[in-house]
Amino acid sequence: MPLPPKSLVFVICLLPLAWLVGLAAGNALGPDPGQSLVLFLGLWALYFLLLALAVSPLCQWLRLPALLRYRRMLGLYSFFYASLHLLAVATYLVGWDWVLLTAELRERPYMLAGFAAWLSMLPLVATSNNYMVRKLGRRWAKLQRLVYVATAAALIHVLWQIRSDFGEVLLYTALAVGLMFWRLLRFRRSR
Amino acid sequence: MLIRQPPDIAGSEITSESIYLRRREFVTGAAAAVAAGALGLPAQARAGLTPLSFQPAAPAQAAQGFYNGEPKTPFEDVARYNNFYEFGTDKGDPARYADSLTTDPWSVTVEGEVARPGQYPLEALLSWFDLEERIYRLRCVEAWSMVVPWVGFPLAKLLERLQPTSKARYVEFTTLYRPAEMRGQRSAFSTIDWPYVEGLRMDEAMHPLSLMAVGLYGKVLPNQNGAPIRLVVPWKYGFKSIKSVVKIRLLENRPRTTWERIAPREYGFFANVNPEVDHPRWSQKTERRLPSSLFRPNRIKTQLFNGYAEQVASLYSGMDLRRHF
Repeated sequence: MPLPPKSLVFVICLLPLAWLVGLAAGNALGPDPGQSLVLFLGLWALYFLLLALAVSPLCQWLRLPALLRYRRMLGLYSFFYASLHLLAVATYLVGWDWVLLTAELRERPYMLAGFAAWLSMLPLVATSNNYMVRKLGRRWAKLQRLVYVATAAALIHVLWQIRSDFGEVLLYTALAVGLMFWRLLRFRRSR
Repeated sequence: MLIRQPPDIAGSEITSESIYLRRREFVTGAAAAVAAGALGLPAQARAGLTPLSFQPAAPAQAAQGFYNGEPKTPFEDVARYNNFYEFGTDKGDPARYADSLTTDPWSVTVEGEVARPGQYPLEALLSWFDLEERIYRLRCVEAWSMVVPWVGFPLAKLLERLQPTSKARYVEFTTLYRPAEMRGQRSAFSTIDWPYVEGLRMDEAMHPLSLMAVGLYGKVLPNQNGAPIRLVVPWKYGFKSIKSVVKIRLLENRPRTTWERIAPREYGFFANVNPEVDHPRWSQKTERRLPSSLFRPNRIKTQLFNGYAEQVASLYSGMDLRRHF
């Protein structure tokens, strides 16, 4: 089965952003558009992170090892949406008010968890080009484990903010735990 | 010897004929709203909710806090951006799903430390009072706010009519529990122990600012805004202003409210708007006045008691507002 070219996947991954821009331009983000923007971007950062984590298991289950070539792009897109999310938080929720920001970070640790998730993706992004992959070799593979830190931090960030209904977030958490569990099993079998 | 019995009902309480004759207007209004909902008309179409007759708020009432000259949040925004977890936790869920709610027939059960307990049909409650408009700020604990023109009657008038006993120190309110029509109550992962319960201290309930609202923007309440009857307490965070009330209990002891039960560290019984006391999830120093836009976020400073300090601060004199948040 021929897989779509990377360029097509690249464009598809931009569709959520295009959708968001469309909503914003059409004044369809509701009476609190800043907040909607923040939520939308944060959710898509999480979706792409889960998608990137799902690539390896899918390769095995579908017997399609070629899927692996999309993994890096999905990871980078997660970082892309997470960065936009961070910018939106700074602009709309904190208003670039540094005093307010430090107060928020001190008093609302879920923000720190989110920031930690973003930070732990930075080394992965910095070493995502072919040159770095080759140069780091086995150490590069080890470094990739940071993605588990990022996922855990991102889920903590989301779980911490729930006011009363865990339904949706439990689904994401279950997915992430399932994907981690699969890796754990594989790791133990390979030993 | 002739002992004259005082009449059971004071003359001042007797409903005037003009109001009595108007009692059906509200009922037909509510029925029309329900019919529109049943037909699945979109929210925009239902903006044609039945008009109410009421005394409009006037600038002269600003000193009492009944009137607010700030720009009002448009009806469309008030009616599509709601926290009403009975219909889902997304702000758009109530507008999307509240059409399923049947608001006619509706009655309010009155229990506890009160001389006149009973189950009162909504029409009865409405026949007792003239409706008046109140333009209030509404400040949500999530750090957004609106300015809303409500229509209703003072809670104090209702309580006077029901005659709380001398033991009554608190008023407890309960929202309808009807999972068949309220999809949020069917959620398996919700931590809320339905039905939703809120409460006020007696002096808070008797304060002239405390309103039982049955309409907004001059028309009957849209379902998502707490139809057919809700509480509005403008100096407290929005979650105190309980929606779709079916029960009022007069109590000797302080009731445990829903949010207090879920997260006592985050939500206090008083929940007075206070920029100095932060909620663990949101700074309360500023708020986004809605509608905001991407280029004009409309962040403003939050005021103590939501700007009603002049009217209500005396209720809390001598109280440590940090401890009794």
